[in-house]
Amino acid sequence: MIAIVDWVVALLVLVGAAFSVISAIGLARLPDIFTRSHAATKAATLGVLCVVLGAFMFFMVHTQEFSLRFTLTLVFVFVTAPVGGHLIARAAYNSGVPLAERSSQDALKKSRSESRSYSEKNTNSDK
Amino acid sequence: MAFQIMINLVMALLWMVINNAWSFASFISGFFLGLLVLYFVRGFFRERLYFHRIYASLVLVLIFFKELVLSSFSVARQILSPRLNIRPGIFEMETTLESEWEVTLLSLLITLTPGTLVVEVAPDNRSLFIHAMDLQSVEATEEEIRDSFEKAIREVSRQ
Repeated sequence: MIAIVDWVVALLVLVGAAFSVISAIGLARLPDIFTRSHAATKAATLGVLCVVLGAFMFFMVHTQEFSLRFTLTLVFVFVTAPVGGHLIARAAYNSGVPLAERSSQDALKKSRSESRSYSEKNTNSDK
Repeated sequence: MAFQIMINLVMALLWMVINNAWSFASFISGFFLGLLVLYFVRGFFRERLYFHRIYASLVLVLIFFKELVLSSFSVARQILSPRLNIRPGIFEMETTLESEWEVTLLSLLITLTPGTLVVEVAPDNRSLFIHAMDLQSVEATEEEIRDSFEKAIREVSRQ
């Protein structure tokens, strides 16, 4: 039983490490900040998930310790990662970082320019 | 919902008093008997039974993990392919979810799923601006989010 769990733990930790490496490669290869943040915040989510799950199973079998602290780690990672990713992308967009040249479309730019002309029209009519 | 949970807790307490057994195990068995009683008297509540909502949340979590694994692999494949062959882009997705926490939950889930990232929420909460790493077709990506996350979230918040 313990031997099987050890294999599963090894597999989980390896998969987690592999995903972390892939996200690092993606960070270096991808063209702009938005696609890079995909690699950095997301591939890492699954990586962390696998590693923490492996650690949780290891300690549960070997020290008979049902530690809820690992679950807490997961909760915090899963709550902070999207908020951080969203804020970085938003800050980059608002400070005018261009999208990669190969990008197919930018719906936000269109909507921004529409709302700006709309508000300008409104302020003009106020005067 | 809070009322139903309270009734359930009171029933568990009652069960413990009747059996004169003050252990966690008897609390659990009392709690599940209370669930059963609540199920039989469900016609008297104006709301849905609260464990429907818990079930819907569990379904949402399962859907999320499925999407997480699937799209992690697709992102990994794109990163590792010898020639980068992706078409990133920002698209607008209209959402039918209304309350603040529903939209927040939807954008958290979208951002957590690899390959999509919420850049901005429109001021009126009606639409999300999503950056996708590989945008082959806007309709297909939108349809995917609508069918998985939005539907599941609506199931959780339904009265």
